[in-house]
Amino acid sequence: MLEDVGNLFHGFAVVAQPYNLLLMVVGIVLGVIVGVLPGLGGANGIAILLPLTFSMSPTSAIIMLSCIYWGALFGGAITSILFNIPGEPWSVATTFDGYPMAQKGKAGEALTAAFTSSFVGALFAVIVITLVAPLVASFALEFGPPEIFSVYFLAFCSFVGLSKEPPFKTIASMMLGFGLGAVGLDQMTGQLRLTFGFESMLNGFDFLIAVIGLFGIGEILLTMEEGLSFRGKSAKLNMKVVLNTWAELPRYWMLSLRSCLIGCWMGISPAGATPASFMSYGIAKRISKRGRFFGTGEIEGVVAPETAAHAAGTAALLPMISLGVPGSPTAAVLLGGLLIWGLQPGPLLFTEQKDFVWGLIASMYMGNIVGLIIVLTCVPMFAAILRIPFSVIAPIILVFCAIGAYTVHNNTFDVVMMVVFGIAGYLMKKTNYPLAPMVLAIVLGDKAEESFRQSLLGSQGSFSVFWSSALVSTIMTLGLIALFWPLIQNAWTKLRGSAGEPHPAE
Amino acid sequence: MSVAKTVLTIGTAAFASGAVALSALPAQAWEPSHPIEIIVPAGTGGGADQMARAMQGIITKHNLSKQSVVVINKSGGAGGEGFLDVKNSKGNDHKLIITLSNLFTTPMATGIPFNWKDMTPVAMMALDEFVLWVNADKPYKTAKDYVDDIKSKPDNSFKMGGTGSKQEDQIITVALQKATGKKMTYIPYKGGGEVAVQLVGNHIDSSVNNPIEAVAHWRAGKLRPLCVFDSKKLDYHDKIAGDLAWDSIPTCKSAGLDVEYVMLRGYFMPPGVSPDAVAYYVDLFKKVRETPEWKKLMSDGAFNQTFMTGDEYAKWVADAEKLHEGLMKEAGFMAKTN
Amino acid sequence: MSHSVNEAAETGPSQRGAEIGVGIAMAIIAIIGIIGSLRVGIGWAAEGPRAGFFPFYISLIVLISCAFNVASAAMQAKDGGVFATWSQLVKVMQVLVPTAIYALVIPSTGIYVASALLIALFMRWFGKYNWLIVAAVAIGLPIFTFVTFEIWFLVPLPKGPFEAALGF
Repeated sequence: MLEDVGNLFHGFAVVAQPYNLLLMVVGIVLGVIVGVLPGLGGANGIAILLPLTFSMSPTSAIIMLSCIYWGALFGGAITSILFNIPGEPWSVATTFDGYPMAQKGKAGEALTAAFTSSFVGALFAVIVITLVAPLVASFALEFGPPEIFSVYFLAFCSFVGLSKEPPFKTIASMMLGFGLGAVGLDQMTGQLRLTFGFESMLNGFDFLIAVIGLFGIGEILLTMEEGLSFRGKSAKLNMKVVLNTWAELPRYWMLSLRSCLIGCWMGISPAGATPASFMSYGIAKRISKRGRFFGTGEIEGVVAPETAAHAAGTAALLPMISLGVPGSPTAAVLLGGLLIWGLQPGPLLFTEQKDFVWGLIASMYMGNIVGLIIVLTCVPMFAAILRIPFSVIAPIILVFCAIGAYTVHNNTFDVVMMVVFGIAGYLMKKTNYPLAPMVLAIVLGDKAEESFRQSLLGSQGSFSVFWSSALVSTIMTLGLIALFWPLIQNAWTKLRGSAGEPHPAE
Repeated sequence: MSVAKTVLTIGTAAFASGAVALSALPAQAWEPSHPIEIIVPAGTGGGADQMARAMQGIITKHNLSKQSVVVINKSGGAGGEGFLDVKNSKGNDHKLIITLSNLFTTPMATGIPFNWKDMTPVAMMALDEFVLWVNADKPYKTAKDYVDDIKSKPDNSFKMGGTGSKQEDQIITVALQKATGKKMTYIPYKGGGEVAVQLVGNHIDSSVNNPIEAVAHWRAGKLRPLCVFDSKKLDYHDKIAGDLAWDSIPTCKSAGLDVEYVMLRGYFMPPGVSPDAVAYYVDLFKKVRETPEWKKLMSDGAFNQTFMTGDEYAKWVADAEKLHEGLMKEAGFMAKTN
Repeated sequence: MSHSVNEAAETGPSQRGAEIGVGIAMAIIAIIGIIGSLRVGIGWAAEGPRAGFFPFYISLIVLISCAFNVASAAMQAKDGGVFATWSQLVKVMQVLVPTAIYALVIPSTGIYVASALLIALFMRWFGKYNWLIVAAVAIGLPIFTFVTFEIWFLVPLPKGPFEAALGF
């Protein structure tokens, strides 16, 4: 333990070399750019820049690349909040309250809350990594297919039942999402399904295309219908916003802590940042006193998913270096980088490559701090984007949406699909179909199905596998409780016999 | 005929590029005029992707090409999307595709219409090896111990994890089943690294991971290699885990398990490309093979470093296709034609 | 919330009709899903569900939900308000039609030329900017994009005859 602290300080010394600090800043800035431009995204950004790092030392290279990763994580929140266009799956939940906040003229507050929460989540996860790294690795090993399925099950359960829309519309929307997610190659049997022989269907419907269409294009159509402007013009443009928001944030310490824990847990178990963000949002909505206002621009609705996503994203790096299993596509590319630099990710990396590992961990601390400073100073600039007149910004958004949709699979058909999703998003929103369950289903549906079927393969088709160990049974039970929570709560409220709605404020 | 010409041009090109260094370029030497695209018919982070990106890095670092190299993943339909793209880019001299076994298995298992004959073979860069791994806590010391245990228990008592469905890992599993006479439960995962960790966590009984996917866990004493599915031992002598090196692993055949399988890591181009362009890339790849980074990549992954071009390569691919067809038919993996 | 203004004066397709329409559209997608699932097998093989198992039941649930949704929409009063006024829909179409055309022409013209035209159209038509500003943004942005994606990040985007003529 004491030795680890020494190692960590050695790591700081490595990171604090001017050359490495410079790389860090370059990495963060590149990362933010990559995160903001749809279609580049963290994974792509790192994959593209990876070859540039071959001439650096592995430690410098990982510092730069992990900073691109942090930058991209920060950057992903920007488009979610300003334009309702999440660039990464784990930013989807941020749009639910972030975008309404921006519409109310509180883009600066939303961005500050998002960036700060990301930082808090990441910092918490790094501390966890520093303290309990070896424990964490063995915990991750406990996760076989049934355990992973139970985590997805919990994510779905804590999120469904939340929408105010008619239940059959929610069900139709979510199931449609599952259906769209199923198109393409069936991982388990290697068969193509629902493609009807169309070449352009081979890829299935990627979440990003669906989301850019449903949220981004759909929103532009709605805006157009209501008169040509974004409703964020009044956004304040000075740094005071940051300080004022900071003054407000400590109030949500409990929410932050809970989100940090959810995030770390999801990141270490290989489920990743996306279920973490949805789960954290869902639970926050249930527990918060202002829960029923979620979705209309509550700052808590930004804090919860951002904290959890970044705690998860950071914690996911640990299984990567200690087990060689990437928790996200971005981590997968980083992992490829390790191999190319001649490092072998695995249990021995910690003992054989101390400089590298502790340099990486130190760069997590420093990178997040540097990143936070950089993005926060840019908050007024980002918020100012909303002042650009609609007739200029709308076509630019459309162009970047098209680029984003295209780059997912390098396929022009996806751009057409994006427009179709845009029309669907507009119509569904106007007819009260909730979009969030659909997106959740597209994002996690195929993974859930995969782990479900892997489990049943392993158990020869017996369902008892989902109750076969303490770990999986606990998570499944939690899921069931979460699923029936609204019923339990309803029953409780009725028991108390209150006629009107319980007053939210106390 | 045209292939013979290709081989001839390779010789000339290699000679020319050496001689030209100081003099002016001969008019006919083909040089890329756009960025070179390498299509990866698989997702980011996999073996083929890593190799393509490593080559991109090597070419950039050593300035081996005047034009930049761009790596594009087209993984839809088990890679079918990438192959169709190349098939449909007739005459595009700036497009290459790196292959894995899905070159054969995808059209067979999914019915997506392409065949390696729709493309122009360029070069085999290496062959990827497969090793039979078990958890080090298990009592099996040799492949024979494991096979005997499989034989003594009923069907489906053992779980084999692998990457993807109806692809190389499952083909090897089917061949194992044939050799042992017992069925195994094959569980497909998305990536090789995940399979290795599932084996460390004892969620499966064995895997046929590529060396690079499992080596870290071997060194950490978590996994044990039993045998390698190649006709000869791996040719790497550096000690890896204790006294053991890659060449300490016996071949499966010598352990009484007559299964051999290696996976192609090679390049193809679209149909109808100019022979001069093919020659240029063959020459480029030869230069890549000389770099220390490439050699390191090869030894890290314990690759079989066979390099082939022209006729020899085409013949190898044709044989491999026959082999896959036989295995896939036998396993009942061929797409139904209805 | 936008309906409160001018609603009395203007007409448009009814909300009820729109709800029924969306419900039927989803039902059609569900039926396609069911057909597709039947093709790959919806049974439960010895080792778990086949490829079409989940899509089949998912589509079935969508179909049933749609039946409920369409029925409940049909039972609504006929004067349940308008979905959007005609003039609003015209505005939506003004964005949607150019965007759809944009998406459709990208494979032939490449993304850069198409983007320049889309931006120019919006700025000139809706924004009434003078041609100089229009040209600056409409040409500047694609160039910026080109430099960022093609040269800096080495991400190739669709290119057409125009870029080919310039030698890319």
